[in-house]
Amino acid sequence: MKKSVFFGAMTVAGLAAGAAAAATLDDVKSRGKLNCGVSTGLAGFSAPDANGEWTGFDVAVCRAVAAAVLGDGNAVEFIPTTAKTRFTALASGEIDMLARNTTWTFSRDVDLKFDFVGVNYYDGQGFMVPKELGVSSAKELDGATVCIQTGTTTELNLADFFRTNNISYEPVPIETNAEAQQQYLAGSCDVYTTDASGLAATRATFDAPDAHVVLPEIISKEPLGPLVRHGDNGWGDVVRWTMQALVAAEELGVTSANLAEMSGGTNNPEINRLLGSEGTLGEMLGLDADFGAKAIAAGGNYGELFAKNIGEDTPIGLARGLNALWTEGGLQYAPPFR
Amino acid sequence: MSTLTDPPKDSFRLSMLINDTRYRSLTFQALAFLALALSFMYLGNNLIANLRAAGLNINFGFLTDTAGYDISQKLVEYSNQDSHSRAAFVGLLNTILVAVLACVTATVFGVIAGVLRLSNNWLVSKLMAFYVEIFRNIPVLIWIIIIFTIMTAVMPAPRAFRGDNATATMVFDAFAFTNRGIYTPLPWFANGIFESQALNWLLVLVVACGSWFAARRVNVWATAKQEATGERPNTLPMLLGIWLAPFLILMLIMGLTWEYPALKGFNFQGGIKIGGPLIALWFALSIYTGAFIAENVRAGIQAVSKGQTEAAAALGLRPSKVMNLVVLPQALRIIIPPLISQYLNITKNSSLAIAVGYADITATLGGITLNQTGRAIECVLLLMAFYLTASLLISLVMNVYNASVKLKER
Ligand SMILES: N[C@@H](CCC(=O)N[C@@H](CS)C(=O)NCC(=O)O)C(=O)O
Repeated sequence: MKKSVFFGAMTVAGLAAGAAAAATLDDVKSRGKLNCGVSTGLAGFSAPDANGEWTGFDVAVCRAVAAAVLGDGNAVEFIPTTAKTRFTALASGEIDMLARNTTWTFSRDVDLKFDFVGVNYYDGQGFMVPKELGVSSAKELDGATVCIQTGTTTELNLADFFRTNNISYEPVPIETNAEAQQQYLAGSCDVYTTDASGLAATRATFDAPDAHVVLPEIISKEPLGPLVRHGDNGWGDVVRWTMQALVAAEELGVTSANLAEMSGGTNNPEINRLLGSEGTLGEMLGLDADFGAKAIAAGGNYGELFAKNIGEDTPIGLARGLNALWTEGGLQYAPPFR
Repeated sequence: MSTLTDPPKDSFRLSMLINDTRYRSLTFQALAFLALALSFMYLGNNLIANLRAAGLNINFGFLTDTAGYDISQKLVEYSNQDSHSRAAFVGLLNTILVAVLACVTATVFGVIAGVLRLSNNWLVSKLMAFYVEIFRNIPVLIWIIIIFTIMTAVMPAPRAFRGDNATATMVFDAFAFTNRGIYTPLPWFANGIFESQALNWLLVLVVACGSWFAARRVNVWATAKQEATGERPNTLPMLLGIWLAPFLILMLIMGLTWEYPALKGFNFQGGIKIGGPLIALWFALSIYTGAFIAENVRAGIQAVSKGQTEAAAALGLRPSKVMNLVVLPQALRIIIPPLISQYLNITKNSSLAIAVGYADITATLGGITLNQTGRAIECVLLLMAFYLTASLLISLVMNVYNASVKLKER
């Protein structure tokens, strides 16, 4: 009899574990804090500033979600993850979501059991070399020593690129961007390869950015976006629609400047639904009616976040390109808020 | 009360399990075992339940999938089209390579430092004390990173060797010291007896073994002669002939040539490359563990009673002879058991390799493979099995050696 009690207890424990995994939204609310996985430091995307405050384009997604759920964009515990540790951190429940320039791939979505909720940056893999090497194309890199971050799609794309072009290379696997930067600058590798946005961000922090060139070849598609655990669809919806709210805000012309005024109600019903003065969209997600307004208030709409963190006026200087709104020739497109 | 000489069998009561010293320890052991088994069952069940809740399972099928990534230091053929298990094997060989190299050099460092620490020369003994205290009190990961960082920062990049006003030059036109590693000439056989270079080297090894046996015979003969006549014949020319002649003849026949490294494109090509990560890891592990071994050696030597040294000195042996013939053989018996655990430490600490990008088994199977396939539990189980097997094997070998040097009691 004792045995059956024991097994019964264990089944309950097992069920409890399953149930806990399924209600991230409640966990976050009762904790009063969002645990958000970010990178260990990539200027413009996620890096602590001089005051130890995390800032950046990926960080902004975390803050928007925290604002939508908890009403406070600062109620975030940022958890730095390396390319290698990020998926374990998410799968184990250590973090509620991951916003760490992570490429949406089939196997990560299907086999690793995650859900990508969207794409906040459309990217591709590039190469950076010191100008003095006089290289003008990635196809001239035969025999080069290449620094790569291990545990990334970069690693696999690189192997494919060199194999299909029938040239050889020596990989130097590295755990974080900071170490890669150090080794690249010390000349222990000839080339640094990662997502083109990452290259731009890394180069911007060099003492002499002009001494390095990014080669023209973009060898892969890297749709980068936030992700959550598979199976908790309610939480997935919260993160997805918070992010889309930022894009929709840019489409609809809602900015941090006019947000307060528009929240009172406008004659555009879609804006009203987005900001919560009309309809019950927030309630459907299990959030306040004005979750969209709060998310936008945390840092601005998608375009503002882009301009502030990585845009052309920042040292990183990325053009909108593929990440412009669809109306301006880009790929950013928010599904209707209704 | 009278004492029971023969307790009646039928009077066993449950309370005796606790109160009776005959049963008490058994009871406690059974309880402890039960608790242990239950907690393991709980953990296992929890794991399975959680995996099921997350929709995951345990499956080793991924090992035959294409790895898709490259490894720079490989002792066997490997390309990114090979399987994950092949990649793990490449990593395994790399682990073994660095562990063996580091065990040898750590022992050398340790013995030298341990003996010198007992030197009568104040400066030498204090220097060695300094070495031991500095190296064993700073974590090995820090040493690995310090050594690697210094290497990459101080040594010139290959591109510094290029051009008319190159800032770096090769040593003797044969060795290149760069921040990516050290390049040395590679000996090979132009007209070897076998097609494969490896077989040719095996032949060299066989010939060397033959010379060794012959040399031993000569020594036995010389000792016998010494015993009989009191005079030891001069064996030096004979030994030299035995060692050198077959070797030189073989090298001439097979046409020994040297392939020199040369700067081609981005890197030095040709010759042997000893990669920077290997050097940093090897050196850091050796110098760190060497400090521990030095202490073991010192303890072993000091444990040999002073009377032994004095007696040996009284017999007229010189201090170096006293050390080699009297003290060290006895000290070995005390040194070897802790030495085993140092060798185990080296093997396990070599898993810090990824800090400098060395592709050991933790970096391949436990790093890239784990990450690309997401099969964390399977990979970690395999890693545990590997390190456990490796450690048990090292223990076994060292214990056999220990048995062979330990005091033979007759
Ligand atoms: N998009 C790729 C690569 C992601 C990645 O590791 N990016 C680098 C540079 S773009 C990074 O964020 N490094 C920051 C860090 O080391 O923490 C992937 O998902 O595998």
